[in-house]
Amino acid sequence: MSTAVDLFTCISVGLGAVFFLAGSLGLLRFPDAYTRLHALTKADNLGLALVVIGLLPQAGSLAAGLKLIVIWLLVLLSGAAVSQLIARAARANERRG
Amino acid sequence: MIATAASAGLALLLVALAVWTVVARDALVAISGFIAYGLLIALVWVRLSGIDVALTEAAIGGGLTGALLIGAAARLRSTEAAAHAERCGATTRIVALLLSAAVTLALVLCVFALPHPAPSLASAVQDNIASTGVGNPITAVLLAFRAMDTLLEAIVLVIALLGVWSLGPDRAWGGRPGIRYTADPNGILAYFARVLAPIGVVIAIYIFWAGADHPGGKFQSATLLAAMWLLVQMAGLADAPPIGRRSLRVGLVVGPLAFIAVGFIGSFASGAFLSYPDGWAKPLIIVIEAALLPSLTLVLGLLLAGAPARESSK
Repeated sequence: MSTAVDLFTCISVGLGAVFFLAGSLGLLRFPDAYTRLHALTKADNLGLALVVIGLLPQAGSLAAGLKLIVIWLLVLLSGAAVSQLIARAARANERRG
Repeated sequence: MIATAASAGLALLLVALAVWTVVARDALVAISGFIAYGLLIALVWVRLSGIDVALTEAAIGGGLTGALLIGAAARLRSTEAAAHAERCGATTRIVALLLSAAVTLALVLCVFALPHPAPSLASAVQDNIASTGVGNPITAVLLAFRAMDTLLEAIVLVIALLGVWSLGPDRAWGGRPGIRYTADPNGILAYFARVLAPIGVVIAIYIFWAGADHPGGKFQSATLLAAMWLLVQMAGLADAPPIGRRSLRVGLVVGPLAFIAVGFIGSFASGAFLSYPDGWAKPLIIVIEAALLPSLTLVLGLLLAGAPARESSK
């Protein structure tokens, strides 16, 4: 049983790491601010979600598991808000010339 | 094996970021390198099992100092081009190189000269921690065994704030610091501040309360509260208070004054400044922490808000 749980953790965290890698690659390679933001939010949302889901069975207690989920939700909230703000700032800059 | 590789990777990344921060010509680029550096240092502290230090480093080193530096860089934006054009002569460069090489060499020699095993007071702390009533050894050191250091730290922060205030022009003395932020009241920033601020306050109080037995405490908590305060200001939901306001000034000094008062209670009750009477250590520590929390929050928030810049509307 514990082996199966560990395997699940490895696969999920590994998949999460792939999203982070892809997000970082996108951040480095994409041509403008909007596409870079697009790449970054995928890493934040899906990558972190997979890492958190993978770590949940290892959390040990309900409280620790809930804390992990709260961390993910907080990162989601700030990621979404900040990428909106950055995109707006980039657009305002473009308009100004 | 994997742990060693991770440590080595972290160390390499740190050195690379440090070099990047020094070499970068543009102030904002150097600052973004420095903020990432602060966050990585926090990771290093986690690996060294110094969770309290890691929390403080992430909050103060990465967050607060980063925000202060970004503010400074934004103010220096107009002088940036002149600074770029300036190149110093060969002699200056060589002297600078020699000086930094000498400092590095001295530091390396010091590290190699450290006694092994390192002298430690950890066991003395563990033997006496029961007398303080708190479970987190860091809190016991900061507020019982070395309470004097923490008291002076709290006072230094207030003096630093006075230094910042003194940079304001005469006509603005007693007025509000910085600029009035305006943002769309229905926009994303206002929404974000409305949703995040209550959550941040709850987490800050949790970190404050957990500090007795787990990593955390007033400093990390005050940084979070100050960050939430600034977020609400930047979203245009509230304005910074005028620095002449009586209640603000009382709030700034209540922490250090309560700390000193508790110190004098020790002088009379058990014969030494800042010594706690038997059985009263925990309640007195809680009184000090609770009094320091608002003072530290105000000091950190106002340090970031900056010098008074707007005339007080009397």
